[in-house]
Amino acid sequence: MITPRPGFVLEVDRQTPPILFHHGEGFRLEKLPVARSRVIYPGEPLRGLDDPDAAIRQALLDPIDDDPLPSLLWPDMKLTIAFDDISLPLPPMRRPDVRQRIIESVLDMAAEAGVDDVHLIAALCLHRRMTEAELRHAVGDRVYEAFAPHGLLYNHDAEDPDGMVILGHTDKAEAVQMNRRAAESDLVVYVNINLVSMDGGWKSTATGLSGYEGVKAHHNVHTMRHSRSFMDQDNSELHRSNWRQGEIIKSDGPRVFQVESTVNTNVFGQNGPMSVLQKREWEWSISDRATFTAMQAGLNRMTASARRKVFHSWNAPYDMTSIQAGEVEAVHRKTTEMVYAQHLVPVTGQTDVLTMGLPYLTPYNVNSIMNPILVMVQGLGYFFNLYRGKPVVREGGVLIMSHPTPWEFHPVHHPSYIDFFEQVLADTTDPVEIEQRYEKQYAEDEWYRHLYRTSYAYHGVHPFYMWYWGSHAMQYLGQVIVVGGDQRAVRRLGFKPASTLMDALEMAEDTVGSKPTITHLHNPPILMADVS
Amino acid sequence: MISTKLGGRRIAVTGATGFLGTALVERLLRGVPDCELVLLVRPGRRSNPTQRARREIFRNDAFDRLLADRGKDAFWEEIDRRVTVIAGDISQDGLGLDDDGRAAMADCDIVIHSAATVSFDAPIDGAVEVNLLGPTRIAETLLELGVKPHFIAVSTCYVAGNRRGGAPEQLLSDSPFHIDVNWRDEVTAARRARADFDAESRQADQLAEFRQRARHELGAAGTPLLAAKTEQVRRRWVSEKLIEAGRARAASLGWPDAYAYTKALGERALDESRGDLPVSIVRPSIIESAWAEPRPGWIKGFRMAEPIIISYARGLLKEFPGVPEGVIDVIPVDLVVAAIINVAAQGPADDGSVPVTQVASGTRNPLRYRRLVELVSSWFGEHPLYDRKGQPIAVPEWSFPGRGAVERQLDRVQKNLERADKALKLLPLRGRQAMITAEVEERKEQVERAVGYVKIYGAYAECEALYGVENLLAIHEALEQDDQEAFCCDPGVIDWTHYVRNVHLPSVVEHARVKTSGERSDPDARTARLRSRVLAPERHLAAFDLENTIIASNVVFSYAWLATRNLPPQDRVRFTIKTLSEAPGLLALDQRDRTDFLRHFYRRYNGASVAEMDRLGPELLADHILMKAFPAAVRRVREHRRLGHRTVLITGALDIVVNPLRPLFDDVICAEMSQRHGRYTGELRSVPPTGEVRAQALRDFADAKSLDLAESVAYADSSSDLPLLDAVGFPVAVNPETRLASMATKRGWLIEHWEKAGGKTDRLLPLGPLPMARRSMK
Repeated sequence: MITPRPGFVLEVDRQTPPILFHHGEGFRLEKLPVARSRVIYPGEPLRGLDDPDAAIRQALLDPIDDDPLPSLLWPDMKLTIAFDDISLPLPPMRRPDVRQRIIESVLDMAAEAGVDDVHLIAALCLHRRMTEAELRHAVGDRVYEAFAPHGLLYNHDAEDPDGMVILGHTDKAEAVQMNRRAAESDLVVYVNINLVSMDGGWKSTATGLSGYEGVKAHHNVHTMRHSRSFMDQDNSELHRSNWRQGEIIKSDGPRVFQVESTVNTNVFGQNGPMSVLQKREWEWSISDRATFTAMQAGLNRMTASARRKVFHSWNAPYDMTSIQAGEVEAVHRKTTEMVYAQHLVPVTGQTDVLTMGLPYLTPYNVNSIMNPILVMVQGLGYFFNLYRGKPVVREGGVLIMSHPTPWEFHPVHHPSYIDFFEQVLADTTDPVEIEQRYEKQYAEDEWYRHLYRTSYAYHGVHPFYMWYWGSHAMQYLGQVIVVGGDQRAVRRLGFKPASTLMDALEMAEDTVGSKPTITHLHNPPILMADVS
Repeated sequence: MISTKLGGRRIAVTGATGFLGTALVERLLRGVPDCELVLLVRPGRRSNPTQRARREIFRNDAFDRLLADRGKDAFWEEIDRRVTVIAGDISQDGLGLDDDGRAAMADCDIVIHSAATVSFDAPIDGAVEVNLLGPTRIAETLLELGVKPHFIAVSTCYVAGNRRGGAPEQLLSDSPFHIDVNWRDEVTAARRARADFDAESRQADQLAEFRQRARHELGAAGTPLLAAKTEQVRRRWVSEKLIEAGRARAASLGWPDAYAYTKALGERALDESRGDLPVSIVRPSIIESAWAEPRPGWIKGFRMAEPIIISYARGLLKEFPGVPEGVIDVIPVDLVVAAIINVAAQGPADDGSVPVTQVASGTRNPLRYRRLVELVSSWFGEHPLYDRKGQPIAVPEWSFPGRGAVERQLDRVQKNLERADKALKLLPLRGRQAMITAEVEERKEQVERAVGYVKIYGAYAECEALYGVENLLAIHEALEQDDQEAFCCDPGVIDWTHYVRNVHLPSVVEHARVKTSGERSDPDARTARLRSRVLAPERHLAAFDLENTIIASNVVFSYAWLATRNLPPQDRVRFTIKTLSEAPGLLALDQRDRTDFLRHFYRRYNGASVAEMDRLGPELLADHILMKAFPAAVRRVREHRRLGHRTVLITGALDIVVNPLRPLFDDVICAEMSQRHGRYTGELRSVPPTGEVRAQALRDFADAKSLDLAESVAYADSSSDLPLLDAVGFPVAVNPETRLASMATKRGWLIEHWEKAGGKTDRLLPLGPLPMARRSMK
């Protein structure tokens, strides 16, 4: 097997072929201006572990800064296994899911120790509940059928009036809230998949098992504007706040045994029809080009919902690259190293214009519709923040993103998003004003609460968090242009629509001057720019 | 001097609320300072005669001049002092007077009778009662009271009938063209016509036809509303028959319409029954806006020529029949008023004869039809009306065709529109698409009106009689110098160009409240205004229909989802085919009677497990109801709740289906199915809330909660919801189907177009998700 090549920055010259831009459930090939453009490519997928199950067992038996898991288990104990929800990994991975592997190992050890009282909780905080199919996919049918029918495997409910407790407050007066079952357990085993460097650590429990009272401490405009970026935990107020809450969990909460795993960037497969998407364009073979052309032609003939179905049925052949268990912070340091090893690409200097092609998926529309607010959060929240040091684009620079941005919403998953888009954004796009004037009303709305608890809706406050996620970029950027988007929807977001990339680049010159430098973020697969 | 001749006299006036009557009262009060007036006013439906007189006479802008001159307090003090209002009705024998009324009448020196049914297309019996018998009744009442005031009857020049040539100021019986018909026979015939047509309208096949028409207009709106509509249709039919009969009878005797015919016979009847009562007759031609008094252009009501002029300016009336060189005999109202006052001042004839005075312009100062059309068309060329998009409307050029050609052209247009309307109402259209029917309907009404004008007024444009005015001019000549100015009745003073361009047309346009500038009115502004009224904090209750108002679904879809939830794939196909094959029958039943349809359909739930249905509730909400919901509707419900309005869902859907939506509303009223041993029976506990039952349920609910329906809002989508919408003060049509769309547009209701969240395609029949397949164990 060939050693995977690291990430790479290409200077665009006359020989450079058109570059692939993801564009929702489709793609665009774009020529970038010669001599002032560059493209950042992600590193190739790192090698996966040869025997993941053995590695998991080994990690549980020989944890970092903690006792072996079997020694923490006894017959009369209350054991809670909490796991990451549908938002991880992206796209969902092929069976067996990493969570299934880990949970099965943990349950084996619990069975050996004679533990009877075991609950499994999807730690979804204010996300939507997972469906039966999604739970089965994450934990496997065997676990599902052994626990779910008895009410022992379920979704976290942050609005259950009897189901939540306040563990205490941090020295910054941040409330620490937790699922009651988890809080009253003798041991919480948290099963994580660390897709990006934002995930994991204390964020798993302090956020995942928390509710509105707990997360509003850091899910706000101030915190997000002081997290530069929220992908870089050493410079992230979001993480500092979660870590402060972690201190309270350590002192007043249950004992937490953290199990973290990382996967490589093998999103589209090394071979097969989608593999072309993770190759570098000048290395496309004849058959790659034929596949791509055929794919484009096929997609063009489909209806929007058929295209959506095709894309959402894709499961990534991710390989597990590491597994570590034990004390939260020590485990997370190791995890972060592994994530950086896969994602970081050194980049020299900032650019005037940053371009990105947004794919069909965000953490919040798995098996759902990527509505305009999620388009914003994908570009200005996630992709923009995938930097360490300083943003790829200079302050006052222009962000150009490509996405069809249809005025479409999933009525079951995103009811409060619809109203947020129709009412709040019609009024203002300023995050501070939105936070002050509207957040409370949506957060405490009885109907949204009802839908979050009994149906499959994101919490009423969730669209606000999406908007806050973009607030650092909104403050920092001079202009945002969306290529090929629904014009009304793009304008509602407060952005400028453009029909082609060339038009967008022309428009950008009004803000950054003529002949600007351009950098394209060739993501996905995920990369993180290490800007010096 | 007129003011001395009439000073201190008591003058009774009938028809004072009319155009001519109001002008007459105003001029007498202003021009004859010492006279007193007794006004015979018919009590209104909700007001007594004094209130009606205040509202309809003295608050009219005719009195602005007097009001400004006297000051507000003095004005009303003067009205109170000089005017006595008595209750009376010309169409009743004895005028319906009480003792006070009779005493007031007995005290009068002059009685001016200007009350008439001026509508040219009034039902024959009504026109006979008022126009034919009115003058006679007054004369008889006066004779009965034993008094002999000077009785001045206002008639019309057109009593002369449809003929060419001179029509002098003489009694009809003196005319060589006089046709001798007995007016008493005409009265009997008119009354019998009413009874005959009424009897005919009650025949079984006629009633069925009326029912059919009502149903076409309203759809399945429930028995009470359909019954009310049917009765309305029946009455309209009788009335139309009587109009037709009047027109036919008038034409058979040589009059242009029932108005002229009844007026003519009225003169004859009066002549026969007047005894020794001193009588004068004043016959104006077509009365139009004022030349000078109380101000140039003053007009009351939308009268004969005005709708024609406005229809023309809107480009609607592309042709109007008429003889271009013929004379259009128009006379400004103030000249008529002056003539009447002059006749009153002059007093009755000494020899006991009945002097006739015609107030017409045709012989003294003729206005030719071509000239009038030119003046009107050039004026609108300079001052066009504007359409809704803010474009000026170009006026058509008339070619003066015969009446037949115009009628045929309009007839064609009307037929086409009727066909379009019928076809559209049969289509299952909804929301924005359905709004087109509202437009077609509006257009249809405009054309119907145009046809009406041509039918009714065409004869006048074609009339070539020339009305003599020798008596009128003699009266004018005899006036003293000052009176000749103050009470001028000489048609020779009119400068037609000035009158049409600067006096009449500006007044007509102002009166018609039409768009006279290119400023685009914001079409959203009206909707926003209506919406803000619906969402005003002071509203009490907001009632919502479910299907197609909150969700794009119906009972069949919900049933399909529930019934297939636990079916294996092969049975689902069979289910879909079976249900779809039944669809046409179900649809027909639904359109006939909603309640029967629901009862019939809900039988299918027989034997369903109550526990299983409860369990499926939340899933139904997520997979079916929310997917089909209109987010804007859900938002609106919550907006009402936030405003403190009580929200209630009121639907014929089953509780099983509605339960998941309960948290959205304060209250839910729906169909409930009875259960036995944990299973549903397929039978309803009570009549489901649809049609009129729903309106009643809402009324009961509002009563129980002490809420006022006049202050409440209701949302619904179809004409079968009319009883519900009619029950509240603020109805809202949501994605209306065709019938409701046109009704809502006509009545000025708020119309909302709500859509499902984008991004999902519709299935033919929504089925429940497949049961989760068990995967093999690892």
